Amino acid sequence: MEVAFYIAGAVAVVSTALMLTRLHIVHALLYLIVSLLGVAVVFYLLGASFVAALEIIVYAGAIMVLFVFVVMMLNLGAPAAELEKHWLTPGIWVGPLVLATILIIEVLYLVRGSTASLDAAGIVTPKQVGIALFGPYLIGVELASMLLLAGVVGAYHLGYRKVEKREVQHGADTHERRASAGGDLVLAGADRSARTP
Amino acid sequence: MFSLGLTGLLVRRNLIFVLMSLEVMLNAAGLAFVVAGARWHQADGQVMFLFILAMAAAEVCVGLALVLEIYHRFKSLDVDELSEMRG
Repeated sequence: MEVAFYIAGAVAVVSTALMLTRLHIVHALLYLIVSLLGVAVVFYLLGASFVAALEIIVYAGAIMVLFVFVVMMLNLGAPAAELEKHWLTPGIWVGPLVLATILIIEVLYLVRGSTASLDAAGIVTPKQVGIALFGPYLIGVELASMLLLAGVVGAYHLGYRKVEKREVQHGADTHERRASAGGDLVLAGADRSARTP
Repeated sequence: MFSLGLTGLLVRRNLIFVLMSLEVMLNAAGLAFVVAGARWHQADGQVMFLFILAMAAAEVCVGLALVLEIYHRFKSLDVDELSEMRG
């Protein structure tokens, strides 16, 4: 069990170091996902299986999806497809694939084995976590929910202002063109379809 | 791992890499909490990890929205080019 723990920790650290030395964001994201999976295996070995599942779901699932979305949105345009073809050559899959294979073999070995923790007495069950979470830490839960709400509203605000500005600018543009065309809307918007995307 | 994240934060000059390094640092702090909780058989470590998880999600949400805004405004993600704030 200790060997498995050290292997998982080594995989996490190595993939983090490789993540930092990548030049492209997509490569770094792959290594970051492997790193998070390694940390999840470490959690599982420590007896915190609930936290390991949360790590995979929230970090490797939700947060990485956010990163991928942003990378996707930043690469909009004609050269993006060519760039992605260049990025996703089969060679770059080898590194994360090897590390992830090590983790998978380790997890299979652990699932087949009898004990899943370093020491069985150290297991903190999800029930204990829930009791502690909604007992002494209830105010923390409320604060975390407020923080998440603030995060969502802030992100919405930051993303919304740009759209609004574009709408205002578009409206002013239309008004000006209508004035210059003598109030004729059809004439004012004659070349708009060719000009705007 | 925390030091790796800190190094990445200081070395890389790309905003997305900076955010990813922040993720690594938060993750390392959560790992330390869980290890301590497992060492002393307390549930508090995992509770703290849950809070760190929520905070990381909120932080990444706002941070990535800011990155999008900055990219649309400056057409660049280089931190050095963005240091035009004057007092």
